[in-house]
Amino acid sequence: MNAFGDAITYLNDPFNWTRPKGILELAAQHLVISGLAVGIALLVALPLAVWLGHTGHGGAFTVGISNVSRAIPTLAILTIFAVTPLGFSIWAPVIALAVFAVPPVLANTYVGFREVDRDVVEAARGMGMSTGQLVRQVEFPLALPLIMTGIRTAAVQVVATATLAALLAGGTLGAIIRSGFGRQDYGVVVAGALLVAGLALLTEAVLAGISWLVTPGRKRAALPWSRRPAAEPAAASERVLVDTPL
Amino acid sequence: MGLPGSAAALASANGLVLAVEEAPNPWFDGSWAVDNWSTIMPLLGQHVRLTVISVLLGAVIALPLALLARRSRFLTGPVLGLSTIVYTIPSLAMFAFISPFTGLSETTVIIGLVLYSLVILVRNFLVGLQSVPPDVREAARGMGYGSGRLFLRVELPLALPAFLAGLRIATVSTVALVTVGVIVGQGGLGQLIIVNGFGANYYRPPIVFGTLACVVLALVADQLLALAGRVATPWTRARSAS
Repeated sequence: MNAFGDAITYLNDPFNWTRPKGILELAAQHLVISGLAVGIALLVALPLAVWLGHTGHGGAFTVGISNVSRAIPTLAILTIFAVTPLGFSIWAPVIALAVFAVPPVLANTYVGFREVDRDVVEAARGMGMSTGQLVRQVEFPLALPLIMTGIRTAAVQVVATATLAALLAGGTLGAIIRSGFGRQDYGVVVAGALLVAGLALLTEAVLAGISWLVTPGRKRAALPWSRRPAAEPAAASERVLVDTPL
Repeated sequence: MGLPGSAAALASANGLVLAVEEAPNPWFDGSWAVDNWSTIMPLLGQHVRLTVISVLLGAVIALPLALLARRSRFLTGPVLGLSTIVYTIPSLAMFAFISPFTGLSETTVIIGLVLYSLVILVRNFLVGLQSVPPDVREAARGMGYGSGRLFLRVELPLALPAFLAGLRIATVSTVALVTVGVIVGQGGLGQLIIVNGFGANYYRPPIVFGTLACVVLALVADQLLALAGRVATPWTRARSAS
């Protein structure tokens, strides 16, 4: 199978990287779309999840939207946004991807806040902490490992899914795979796949590193290979961490 | 109004480019689904077929892998680590990697989907097997159960709820992922969304219909599996009723 050899040849040609609509330009746009989507999702999901987690309301809601979002094909939502008046602007894929980045951040942050030891919260209250202090200085730091897991899951998912935007109008790295299929050139197809998979794995590694750095002490166990399984049999209803292939 | 899809058909037939705003392009059009039933049914059939085959094959491969991973602590890490890597690879790239070997066929899609469902199932099967209390295992051994009978009569029933949870997640994810198979022309309802909708002058009825059909299919499959789970594990029902 010389498709893999052809792929290496394609990737070795500097012109394929630097030309207009080349690898570098597509990768840059891929990252811009992904970054905007994750940013918007965080702006929406984090405050909401902190409030829900702090008050303990809405557990069924966060689990519910996590489960429902799994059933909705990302490609379908990308397509629906692409045929709205937003159409071919960068905002169609950005908003579609942001929609899918919300549930993992919401669910993980919520569970992170709920899992903070009630005794610790009581003690903080007894020490005279205000609600703001309690949230900022006690609950948030203790929930941070799970919050970071949520952000990492969301970001990896968005970078992976941004690939699909290339099937519609978005100029992301998936465009290389698509043009390879269009020309029936499996070398280009595989080259695109290597780039896309590489970027997704790189995102995972970078974010795992960041969450390891910002998480102090014992709770630092959020390296990817120790990630929790998709559903644990005990208390599966409480602890649903969204983790879906894209 | 004219026939559904006529705007797109006209545009391609005459080489005209119609502005999207000028052609009738409603979000919902029930008559589109009725008129195009003969297009929809084979694609729905393909969607169901790809999902069932992929999840079943995934389960058949996942069980021995989970048993192997449990047997030796040495293998647990690599099995879970490798599965995380597989999971991180975007589906479009996965199908692209497989396509040089199997071309634009359903096999390409099935191999990719089996890999993803495998990852979900191995993790959940492993959790299920590990959730069997060691005391129970000891007691069964003390009663003279061999390892085969121990697995079938004791461990499997106790791990069944976790297995079923995994099967439900894998099935729902797979239903959604089949749509990406459109890249090799085998995307089930994804064909409706991309080819009949987006590719046909951004015609909305097939896009919305395809999306809704995917979601309904996923939810129905999920509920069927939940029902099967309740039938297969009557003791959990008794526990929750008491």
